Amino acid sequence: MSTQSTGPAPYPRAEVSPPSGELFPHKHLLGIWGLDPTAIKHLLDTADGYAEQNRQAKKSTDKCEGLTQINLFFENSTRTLMSFEIAGKRLGMEVTSMSTGTSSIKKGETLLDTAATLNAMRPDVLVMRHADSGAVKLLSEKMECAVINAGDGRSEHPTQALLDALTIRRRKGRIHGQTIVISGDVAHSRVARSNIYLLNAMGARVRLVAPSTLLPKDVDRLGVEICHRMDEGLEGADVVMMLRLQQERMQGAFLPSLREYYQFWGLTHEKLKYAKDDVLVMHPGPMNRGVEISSDVADDLDRSAIEEQVEMGVAVRMACLDILTRGLRAEDGQ
Amino acid sequence: MSMTAYINARLIDPASGLDTKGTLITEGEVIKAFGADVKAPGGASVVDCKGRILCPGFIDMRAHRVDAEAALKGGVTTVILQPDQTTVIDTDAVVERIRRRSEDSETVNVFPMGTATRGMQGSQIAEIGQMMQSGAVGFTDCRTPVSDSQVMRRLLEYSGHFDALIVQFAEDRSLASGAMAHEGEIATRLGLSGVPAAAEVIQIERDCRLAELTDARIHFALISSREGVDAIRAAKKRGVRATCSVAPHYLHLNDNALEGYRTFAKVRPPLRSEEDRLALIAGLADGTIDTLVSDHDPKSADVKRLPFGQAAEGVVGFETMLPLALAPVHAGKLELMTLLRALTSTPADLLRLPMGRLKEGAQADLVIFDPDKPWRISQDDLVSSARNMPFDTLPVQGQVWQTVVAGKALYSAA
Repeated sequence: MSTQSTGPAPYPRAEVSPPSGELFPHKHLLGIWGLDPTAIKHLLDTADGYAEQNRQAKKSTDKCEGLTQINLFFENSTRTLMSFEIAGKRLGMEVTSMSTGTSSIKKGETLLDTAATLNAMRPDVLVMRHADSGAVKLLSEKMECAVINAGDGRSEHPTQALLDALTIRRRKGRIHGQTIVISGDVAHSRVARSNIYLLNAMGARVRLVAPSTLLPKDVDRLGVEICHRMDEGLEGADVVMMLRLQQERMQGAFLPSLREYYQFWGLTHEKLKYAKDDVLVMHPGPMNRGVEISSDVADDLDRSAIEEQVEMGVAVRMACLDILTRGLRAEDGQ
Repeated sequence: MSMTAYINARLIDPASGLDTKGTLITEGEVIKAFGADVKAPGGASVVDCKGRILCPGFIDMRAHRVDAEAALKGGVTTVILQPDQTTVIDTDAVVERIRRRSEDSETVNVFPMGTATRGMQGSQIAEIGQMMQSGAVGFTDCRTPVSDSQVMRRLLEYSGHFDALIVQFAEDRSLASGAMAHEGEIATRLGLSGVPAAAEVIQIERDCRLAELTDARIHFALISSREGVDAIRAAKKRGVRATCSVAPHYLHLNDNALEGYRTFAKVRPPLRSEEDRLALIAGLADGTIDTLVSDHDPKSADVKRLPFGQAAEGVVGFETMLPLALAPVHAGKLELMTLLRALTSTPADLLRLPMGRLKEGAQADLVIFDPDKPWRISQDDLVSSARNMPFDTLPVQGQVWQTVVAGKALYSAA
């Protein structure tokens, strides 16, 4: 039953609802920054349930039947886009995806015009990736439906941080008190930023290990330890998260060569000796084997959680889609 | 000729240090008399200033559009137009056209700056002498710094023949490449690429050395950092003929204003840290910073309502310049006389203009304002050609009551 012609708008305009006892009192998921531990825990708990469901033979439900999800990617991506598509379909949503190549942004349409166009199609969730920091937030201000940030510039990639956290929690039992090393190109990484905020909020000890050309200014003020050498940095680590190194970084004089980078900052079994014996190795993918990580570490079944991360990705995205559309489904009389 | 008597005014002339209660009389376009003992002559129309400050109209050394109505509302009687116009001001013909239009119309005085190099390309010196003869008052490549040291050296050397003022944008181009914000915690958290204060200092120090070498005058368009202020202070102490400006938004905001990717706070050079903001106020107070400019730059929503990295830089500044600059005065960190000097006689002296002074026989370009009046800045009340500014709903003190150009009140508060 639709009440939209006379009733209130399906979502409140404010990004944060007034205190209501809601575990996730937000209209959108634009970033981890600003989420409290309760909200993060709620997302992870919900995702945990979906992780189990995804291992069953029957993976789909009709929970979100009749709702429309649009995936709008202004930047190339295969795995994140596919993960969101599968997540939506497993919840029973109508999923439509649009990538840069087919969008009208190339015809000079502004982001806000795109927002107006999409609004008119009345989606219930919009998943968006964009190359500019803050672009998803800008669009969300004009969208009536829930917006999920699937990565904006160097700013945030919240579902990646959530899937990383879920992986850690399942493998280590908890996040609180873990020593977690993030290594690689932090300066250009939205994954690193979202992970720093999330892991800090959940009480982990976060250490960044990278050459200083790949660390942004004043990053220590975000509440992390800084290390430039792998041997010191990996000391006592419970988890090592490697970041993808973009090949373009050689041009900007950030690094002399891939070979040299691998020698000093590439993750090898030899360097891993400094970490705890049961260290968990993670990577958001796609990996550059022989650049930031050696093949034998990546394929080490005892330590590498890289495939599990991908698996948790679907569960986390299902949880996000589920939670952000809850208000809508309740209004439809469920 | 018609006479007007401005009675019950607090007369301030920053050039001479005059600050007294009294009357000022204009006859036609010029100031006839002023002072504590001057009496309104019979037949003169009388304007009761009710204790408000009456001082020379403001000279705004850096505006990207003329926007006359907004300028007058902000107390600006002389606008120095930057050369980054649709038709770049790099020949005497363009200068002449702008000057003639200004002289022919009853509005703010407009003096253009010409480009320092042809087409702002940074390689060939522009026709400084000819543009100056036509009425250009300074030479700058706007937001493109003259990067080549040899070109800059020759530019400074050559400008000496005409006593021309070269205005440099203090920014090392390669360090600033791609930058959208001040390099620091906020930019790091928001994921924006930053430019360090060092980019400003490097340019200032190089150009001060070149000014020293050539014994020329150099003016830095907008200073944004503590290190920048320190560099200018040190250069002045050495005897370098260096001067600089700052705009009110740098005195009022730090990079926290970027929170939420607010593109209205996107300016160049970027808003920097709180430490920098305080150093800029101190620099203006101790005379290291010579002039206050609006950097008035209307930008439509089309180019501002974009993702932060793609959005245009700039704020509209005429209408908020005085109240924002009065904030440190009210806070006891800046002398009123120092502020008014930076808005009147100092820019006039730098640009070799006759304005900016209360002087018998001089053109009556005046501003009358209440320094204490509380009000709230509102986007809806702006008369500027665009509304890009980060000060909507800000409570401020001090408002222009009347602006007089060539003896005529062209703006009066409702």
